[in-house]
Amino acid sequence: MRRIISILLENEAGALSRVAGLFSARGYNIESLTVAPTEDPSLSRMTLVTRGSNEILEQITKQLNKLIEVVKLIDLTEGPHIERELLLIKVHAVGDSRNEIKRLADIFRGRIVDVTASTYVIELTGTGEKLDAFIEALSGIRIIETVRSGVSGVSRGEKSLRL
Amino acid sequence: MELTGAEIVVECLKEEGVEYLFGYPGGAVLHIYDALYKQDHIKHILVRHEQAATHAADGYARSTEKPGVVLVTSGPGATNAITGIATAYMDSIPMVIITGQVPTHAIGSDAFQEVDAVGITRPCVKHNFLVKDVKDLASTIKKAFFIATSGRPGPVVVDVPKDVTAAKTVFEYPKQISLRSYSPVERGHIGQIRRAVKLMLSAKRPMLYTGGGVILGNSAPELTELTRKLGYPITNTLMGLGGYPATDKQFLGMLGMHGTYEANMAMHHCDVLIAIGARFDDRVTGNVKKFCPGAQIVHVDIDPASISKSVRVDVPIVGSVKSVLQDMIRLLDETGEKPDATALAEWWKQIEEWRATDCLKYDRASEIIKPQMVVEKFYELSEGQAFLTSDVGQHQMWAAQFYKFDKPRRWINSGGLGTMGFGLPAAMGVQFAHPDALVGCVTGEGSIQMCIQELSTCLQYRLPIKIINLNNRYLGMVRQWQEFFYQSRYSMSYMEALPDFVKLAEAYGHVGMRIEKPSDVEPAIKEALRLKDRLVFMDFITDQKENVYPMIPAGAGLNEMILV
Ligand SMILES: Cc1ncc(C[n+]2csc(CCOP(=O)(O)OP(=O)(O)O)c2C)c(N)n1
Repeated sequence: MRRIISILLENEAGALSRVAGLFSARGYNIESLTVAPTEDPSLSRMTLVTRGSNEILEQITKQLNKLIEVVKLIDLTEGPHIERELLLIKVHAVGDSRNEIKRLADIFRGRIVDVTASTYVIELTGTGEKLDAFIEALSGIRIIETVRSGVSGVSRGEKSLRL
Repeated sequence: MELTGAEIVVECLKEEGVEYLFGYPGGAVLHIYDALYKQDHIKHILVRHEQAATHAADGYARSTEKPGVVLVTSGPGATNAITGIATAYMDSIPMVIITGQVPTHAIGSDAFQEVDAVGITRPCVKHNFLVKDVKDLASTIKKAFFIATSGRPGPVVVDVPKDVTAAKTVFEYPKQISLRSYSPVERGHIGQIRRAVKLMLSAKRPMLYTGGGVILGNSAPELTELTRKLGYPITNTLMGLGGYPATDKQFLGMLGMHGTYEANMAMHHCDVLIAIGARFDDRVTGNVKKFCPGAQIVHVDIDPASISKSVRVDVPIVGSVKSVLQDMIRLLDETGEKPDATALAEWWKQIEEWRATDCLKYDRASEIIKPQMVVEKFYELSEGQAFLTSDVGQHQMWAAQFYKFDKPRRWINSGGLGTMGFGLPAAMGVQFAHPDALVGCVTGEGSIQMCIQELSTCLQYRLPIKIINLNNRYLGMVRQWQEFFYQSRYSMSYMEALPDFVKLAEAYGHVGMRIEKPSDVEPAIKEALRLKDRLVFMDFITDQKENVYPMIPAGAGLNEMILV
């Protein structure tokens, strides 16, 4: 099962490598991982997407909680939540395909943020699935670079991850 | 008044009540050694290899209720300490290891004797720190001791760059420390404990299975009280020996791969399993799919991550073993209910039948010295009062099987990591902690050579350890597996070119004895015990082909033991 785990982490050197090290040492899988400081400079917020059986996911959250720098964590996928990822994709855009790409970007509510005679850079946000679908839709087009930020997320409503 | 970082390190250790510091000097820690030179509160013990410093501190910690403390230099000092840190980590031993580091400005430049100590120790510590500013030094050391000794204990590394030990600041040791991200639970959930007690009382075939958590949590008295109250059979893991008196009739011996027939059979057939401070290690469970097939399981552990890690349990209780046991005892008294006496009598009858197999029997009339007999004799002659360390291999299992530990913290061995070379330095730590006690070290000719240099340390500090070398000229445990599972192809398990251990002991200034006949075993041990203030190296020439029984082969269940 796919899970999105959100973590409040002490904003200290080495905290990230401790989390990454835990995953590699115990053979857990990381699909994506993002981390950045929060409004409280002493805290970073990490979003981690992983997959595994329920038993493994239980171990993952327990082991993460054991890390001294992990202040708090939640499994966003346990409740209603918003999941977003940013895609920057550079594609070969010449001739008829220029219109075609523009149209696709509009359908997916993407924006073309850089244009040259032969390339476009498109910016798109959404769930991982939506980004996958967009890349899929570009099938006839030559992709030069794909850059994905990894998933960020937040729970809906009153529920929150804070101290 | 301003102190240097080096002086602050020493002051912090004093504040923590550190008695012994096990270490080895080098460039990065010279300021600290200079500060140590100028005081006489903390006794620094100079080992001969940093691995031994960590094992000695570990032995000290295991035999007391205090953390072990280590000081080593950067680079090779830190890497040599790794084995000992990992050993302590696997067995949850509280330890603080201070490693020197190159100056902060040189970090990352591949400076002389630079190693990323925080990175290299990360997977085998409870936590670690790099101190970059002398102002953080005291509070970091405070945190290190707090983390190492609280919750599920473990080793904590504090890496201190050389310039930080030279820099000055006002020294202030925090009285208390609180970490917003770390607050180990103490009390177990009372509702869960109530459920557990109810389940325990409903059992027809109950079994208590307890581990190192009982020892680390200083809860042997509570465990004994509970077990006696219930009248249930109990087994201890390798790490848990001494948590319940081994000479008591409710004790079924150790369980697991080389556990007793009665303990493993009772595990397999029980209907309620009460696991306390034990972690369902693979050496205990055998094949998890076949583990305790008919049992409902209660599991008490201070570490939530230990619960349902390999075996799913029915009543998980997170809390310190001591407080949970106290709650259990109280609830039992309050309910006034008693276990089902008829069922229990029936269960004991079955257990006594298993016990009658006498699974630890061996040839007592042998013309060659049987290793089991040596341990048994040492047990008798030391009246069960010794602290016993061991290395890793067959001798370790025989020590665990044949020395009956009635008290906690007497049996000191590397259970989790299985570190050969642990025994002798660990015995040093134990002897420092208990200068007047009898400290034995059961070892093999393979293991003892992994830290043999410590015989020199033992001379320097006059440590009268009694070394019991069960010399079978084989890496016996390896040989046993090769005999059983590789059609006796003894690949690299024969120990050739062994030293003359008697001369070796003498060369280090100790007493050496070689014992070759069964009839000489008792007189030799008596003589060794008489030499109260000398280290005696007893080299017992034992049966080369003796195997450890019973044995559960890999992939088998606890009821599928190979018996003698
Ligand atoms: C540092 C280390 N290396 C290798 C092993 C693997 N190993 C486990 S038991 C054993 C044999 C130990 O031989 P010895 O000390 O002579 O004891 P015996 O089994 O003969 O009693 C070995 C090599 C280990 N446990 N530790």
